Amino acid sequence: MKKFSIKTIVAIGIGAALFFVLSTYIAIPTPLPNLKLSVHYGTMAVMSMLFGPMAGALMCLIGHFLGDLAGGWGVWWSWIIGSTFFGLAMGLLGKKLRLDDGEFGVKGIVAFNIAQAVAHLIAWGLIAPGLDILLYSEPVEKIFLQGAVGSVGNIISTAVVGTLLCIAYVAARPKKGSLQKED
Amino acid sequence: MVKLFNFIDRKSPIHALTGASKLACMMCWIFAAMVTFDTRYLIFLTVAAVALFQVSKIHLSDVKVLLIFTLVFLLLNNALIYLFSPEHGVTIYGSRTLLLHIVGRYTITSQQLLYHLNVVLKYTATIPVVMLFICTTQPSEFASSLNRIGVSYRISYSVSLALRYIPDVMKEFHDISLAQQARGVELSGKAGVFKRLKSATSILMPLILSSLDRIEVVSNAMELRCFGREKSRTWYREQPFLRNDYLAFICGFVLIAVSLLLNIPNGGRYWNPF
Repeated sequence: MKKFSIKTIVAIGIGAALFFVLSTYIAIPTPLPNLKLSVHYGTMAVMSMLFGPMAGALMCLIGHFLGDLAGGWGVWWSWIIGSTFFGLAMGLLGKKLRLDDGEFGVKGIVAFNIAQAVAHLIAWGLIAPGLDILLYSEPVEKIFLQGAVGSVGNIISTAVVGTLLCIAYVAARPKKGSLQKED
Repeated sequence: MVKLFNFIDRKSPIHALTGASKLACMMCWIFAAMVTFDTRYLIFLTVAAVALFQVSKIHLSDVKVLLIFTLVFLLLNNALIYLFSPEHGVTIYGSRTLLLHIVGRYTITSQQLLYHLNVVLKYTATIPVVMLFICTTQPSEFASSLNRIGVSYRISYSVSLALRYIPDVMKEFHDISLAQQARGVELSGKAGVFKRLKSATSILMPLILSSLDRIEVVSNAMELRCFGREKSRTWYREQPFLRNDYLAFICGFVLIAVSLLLNIPNGGRYWNPF
C-alpha cells in the first residue's frame, strides 16, 4: 500500500471528526415526517475533493463508524460502506475539478452536481440496500424506500451545501495563472 | 467538555482486558450475530451479552439514554418492516400459518412473528456488546487497539486524531454558530428548509477553513517530530496481553465459527422450525 503523507493522515482524522460532529448534532427537519436533511455529506464532498479518494473514503468510514458506535443504534456496516463509497467517489472527482487552482465555474457546478447525485444514488440506492438485504435480510421494498428517501435528501442537501461551499472555497483561493512574470 | 464516549471507570474483569481484545471480540460478536438467523443462537448471544453486562459492573442507569435511542430505532425499524412486507416471514420460511387476519394484506402469521423476533434479537444480541465496549474502553486506547489487531499505525493514528479533535470541532462549530446568529443568520424553525440549508453553509464555510488551518498546524507539528519515519510505533496506553485477552480472542473466533457452522444443519442462514 502506498504510504500516506502526514498531511493526509491528519486530514483523515480531522475530516472524520467533522463527519462525526456534523452528522450527530446537526439535522435540518423538513416538512416531511422522519426525513431530516443532514449537511455532512456536502461538507465531506468538499473535504474529499481537496484530499483525494483514499482520504475521502477513510474519513467517511471512520467518521461514520465512530458515529454509529456512539449513537447507540449498533454498527450498521451496510450504511458505513455507503458513506465510504461516497467519499471515494467525491475524491476521484476532486482530481478532475482542481478546486485548489481556483477554478469552479458553471461547468464545475454542473459536473459536481451530476457526480454527487450519481454517487449518492449508487451509495444509498445500490450499495447500502444491497448489503442490507444480503447481511440483514430485510424486506426489499422497505430497504429501497429507505434508500430512495435517503438519497433524495442527501442529493438535495449536497446540491445546496456542497455547491455553495465549493464556490466560497474557490473564491478564497488565488486563480491559477493570476500572477504574471514581469519582463 | 462534552463527554463523547461514555467511558465509565470501574474495576471489573472486562475493564482489565486490553482494548485490542475487546475490539476484536466485539467485531466477531457483531459479525456472528449479523450472519445467523438462528433464533436459538441469537437468544444465546443475547443472554451472554446481558451476562457480560453484569460482569462489567455497568448499570442500566449508566446507559439509559442510549437504550432509549435503541428502543425507538428498534420499534421504528420493525414497524417499517411490517408496513412494507407483512408476510416477509412467509417467503423466507416457505410455509404459512395464519394466526389472525387484520385488514387487506395485513395478517399475523407465526412465520412473520419469528422473523420479527429474529430482527429484535439481532439488536439485543449486539447492542449490549457495543455499549459494553464503549463504556469499558478508554477512548485513547482505541487507536492503539486498532494498531494491535493489524490496522497500519498511520490509519490508527488518524482515528486517534479524530477522537482527539471531535470535542474541539464541536466547540468550534458551536462558537461559529453563535457568532453567525448574532449577525442575523436565521437557524431556527422560522426559516424555510432551503433558507436553513443556506444558513448552515454560512457556518460550515468558516468551519472548513478553520479545519484546513488545523490540518496544516497539526501536520507541521507531527512532521517536526518525525512522525512516520519508523516502521512501527509505541502507544502511551498499551497493555501486554494477559490470559483473559487470549480467552477473549478465542471466544470471538468460536462465536463466528458456530455462527457459520450453524448454516450446515440449518441448510442456510435461517433456522426453520416450521
